Amino acid sequence: MTSAPSANPPTASTARPVVLAVGVIALVAAGAVSLAVGARAVPVGELWQALADFDPRDGDHLVVRDIRLPRMVLGIAVGAALAVGGALIQTLSRNPLAEPGILGVTHGAGFALTVGAALGLAGSAISQLGLGVVGSVLATALVYAVGRHSTLRLLLAGVAFSAVLMGVSLGIRLTSPDALDQYRFWSVGSLAGREQTDLTVPLVAIGLALAGALVIARSLNAVALGDTVAHTLGADVARVRTVTLLLITVLAGAATAVAGPILFVGLIVPHLLRRLTAGSVPWLVGLSALVGPILMLVADTIARVLLHTGEVPVAIVTAFLGGPMLIWVVRRYGAGSL
Amino acid sequence: MTDTQQPDTQNPGTQKPGTQKPGTQNPGTQNPDTYDVRETPVSGRTSTVRVPVGDRAWFVQRRTITLVLGCAAAMLGLGFVGLSYGTSWATPGEVFGALTGLEPSVVIAEWRAPRVVAGILFGAALGVAGAIFQNLTRNPMGSPDIIGLDAGAYTGALLVMTVFAGASMTVAFGSVVGGLVTAALVYSLSRSNGLSGMRLVVIGIAVNAMITALNNWLVLRAELEVAMAAVGWNSGSLNGIDWDDLILPFAVLSVLLTVAALRSQTLHQSALGDAIAVSTGVPLERQRMLMVLVGVGCTATVTAVAGPVAFIALAAPQIGRRLAKAPGIPLLPAALTGAVLLQLADLIAQMLLAPVSLPVGVVTTAIGGGYLIWLLAQEVRRR
Amino acid sequence: MTTRLSARDVTLSYGERVVSTRLSLDVPDGAFTAVVGPNGCGKSTLLRAFVRLLKPGEGTVSLDSRSVTDFPAKALARELAFLPQDPLAPEGITVRQLVARGRYPHQSLLALWTAGDERAVAEAMDTAEVEDFADRPVAELSGGQRQRVWVAMVLAQDTPYLLLDEPTSFLDITHQYRLLALLSRLRDEGRTVIAVLHDINQACRFADHLVAMKDGRVAAEGAAADVVDAALIKDVFDLPSVIVADPVSGTPMVVPE
Repeated sequence: MTSAPSANPPTASTARPVVLAVGVIALVAAGAVSLAVGARAVPVGELWQALADFDPRDGDHLVVRDIRLPRMVLGIAVGAALAVGGALIQTLSRNPLAEPGILGVTHGAGFALTVGAALGLAGSAISQLGLGVVGSVLATALVYAVGRHSTLRLLLAGVAFSAVLMGVSLGIRLTSPDALDQYRFWSVGSLAGREQTDLTVPLVAIGLALAGALVIARSLNAVALGDTVAHTLGADVARVRTVTLLLITVLAGAATAVAGPILFVGLIVPHLLRRLTAGSVPWLVGLSALVGPILMLVADTIARVLLHTGEVPVAIVTAFLGGPMLIWVVRRYGAGSL
Repeated sequence: MTDTQQPDTQNPGTQKPGTQKPGTQNPGTQNPDTYDVRETPVSGRTSTVRVPVGDRAWFVQRRTITLVLGCAAAMLGLGFVGLSYGTSWATPGEVFGALTGLEPSVVIAEWRAPRVVAGILFGAALGVAGAIFQNLTRNPMGSPDIIGLDAGAYTGALLVMTVFAGASMTVAFGSVVGGLVTAALVYSLSRSNGLSGMRLVVIGIAVNAMITALNNWLVLRAELEVAMAAVGWNSGSLNGIDWDDLILPFAVLSVLLTVAALRSQTLHQSALGDAIAVSTGVPLERQRMLMVLVGVGCTATVTAVAGPVAFIALAAPQIGRRLAKAPGIPLLPAALTGAVLLQLADLIAQMLLAPVSLPVGVVTTAIGGGYLIWLLAQEVRRR
Repeated sequence: MTTRLSARDVTLSYGERVVSTRLSLDVPDGAFTAVVGPNGCGKSTLLRAFVRLLKPGEGTVSLDSRSVTDFPAKALARELAFLPQDPLAPEGITVRQLVARGRYPHQSLLALWTAGDERAVAEAMDTAEVEDFADRPVAELSGGQRQRVWVAMVLAQDTPYLLLDEPTSFLDITHQYRLLALLSRLRDEGRTVIAVLHDINQACRFADHLVAMKDGRVAAEGAAADVVDAALIKDVFDLPSVIVADPVSGTPMVVPE
């Protein structure tokens, strides 16, 4: 009876389909805007022409088809991957402050990139991508090996390994200007220019992992109630946990390797949706896959037009969109309600 | 009865315990002479030492005394190594000569000695700041760097370096301003109907992430040389500190650490939960405000001189409380552990890649990570 | 019946949620007052207002005709002790160290211990019967032992008033009765006890003064024998019942239909 007043939201079961419909419309709108807006504004009519009736001699068509369309696809994939990864790790750890990077993905990728740059291996975009994937997978495997028995230990192990990796790679960067130079460009997550790399493998990986997340979400519904309850409900807790962690690694690892570290999408999207989805993990995962891309596309569009001197990395925009949202949620509903 | 200075002299009672009627007078008033202190009911028989002060007493845990002596020995030992170590090792005779002034040595007295003192002083200050924040937030992860103080200081320093191309004094000034503005922002955002520890942590994380993003961008836009200098500053370093750099921090930290010591009992009383803290007479709001000021002041002062030295504030209080086996997160063990940790880390940073001296922050990060892994190993054993 | 502690026309709320409007209650001195009522009726809120954890939006809570908000923090803490439902024991604290924390309002800045402090701690541990495990960590104790330790801490505060918020929850029946008997004994020694109790039959049996609350207001108050009847139980708890005499104490006993 000392708890905060319980607000009376519209019942989740009626709200969820509405949110789903609104979300789909918003995603389409955000996609269209992200295709139209940029250094070179493209009228909406031309936009449709460029997609339906491509003319390779038209500059507008080239911009839309070769630069903005792949970038939009990349933004959708990265946004969905991070948001769903966040929904999974928060559900699995029952910790509202967990985000996918906590498993060592971000610092593992950063460490591999630093070492690669110091050895002169990180010259091309494709080699950077490779280093990022290898680093994040190795770091997560190590974290998992130490912390697999309990979720709390998993989070702590992630923090600990991240710290060690951060310290060592910082030491390397301070002694190697080349490594610092390459790292600082990667360390601010961005979609700019990344669409020109061959993204087939990461995109396919993200797509498969998203499908996997929707499948495992039903079992996570049981795990969310606690290991004991999950066990009595007949869920194989250990297997569900292992599969979920694998999915998180693929989602976050691929997104980080492609776009660099982008904070907050994975933290804030599941937060905003938790009250609406009222404990249903499949809905949380599904709506995260929808709202994550919207946030990402909006942020990326803002990043393109914010300063006329050049692009702002999208990670800065997501931080400044997501930070105030998190503060608002905490102030409105209290930290306990997270 | 508004003061507790002399509670035992107001009512030289002859009442026996148990038969008194509380409520009309201070119920705790009886003549101390009628009570025979045969054992020490306050804190156990063997683990505690009673230090009489007039007709009153202080109770000190035996392990705390051991820890103080142990840390003092470690500081002396490490300090001696620190004075001796350099491009060429000084003999013990030379060190003693320099310290007593019999055999003046600029290198030892003017270069190495301030560095040793800075390691002890700053380590203690960071340890206390961390312990204060971990107490306030009731969360072992609630250290000043997590709630954005270091990131804010970095922003201030970065702005001075990139926009104003400033010298080291102005960088120090910028970092203090940045740290204080961030602290004020986090604090004011966390307040509404009083301050909640968890809310402070979450809002701190949010502000920290935004500022970190901004910092990354500033580094990205800077010339490579400026970026190198900025990243180096951000790692924290005791390189090149001399006596002049230490006068002001010494004065500020003395005041802050004294305040912390005087308020530590109240800080620990608050650890019993807000309800008990208030009902036993802790002025909770004022206490929190004061403690936040002390914690922020300690962090900002160290950052101004040495840059943000990571992980001491997180690790020292946790290691200290385990060494002292004391309840809660006590300040003294945190200060001692912090001092030894920073001294040790600075020696390692000097020796690891000699003659290049690494920023001490690189070493403290590794130590912090190692500490957390050690924590995990302990949990495994407990299962 | 004299009264030093009283609430006069207080409005109590958490943010926008109003719990009580214009609530008044006089706490009889030297008596055992039990506050009962259904979940969420404002019992704990009232207790929190007495110890200044919650400031009334309107009205005053006063001790000796002086608003509790006008007392210096430690001075009020030497009058009113409060045991909440969810106290936190710092990690690694021993029983003795925790009980000693009750002396906080009697100590000055430097935390010097007087013989009076030491005696109060010893007496409190004796009264609450926690001496047998005085040097063990609180975290290792059973629920019943732990609750007695917290009671000892509140006793060490050595106040004329003891306020306890559901002190018997999570205790087995033996420990419930031992604790209530201890509170009666403290009342006999001259202290004023105010406890929120869950079990109406225990309240009837041990309390001198029963306060039944519903929806943030006092539905009835007085000696249990005078106020408890089937109509009151129906009104306050929405429970049809028969009232019989407790075969041991003769006090009213509620038996649900």
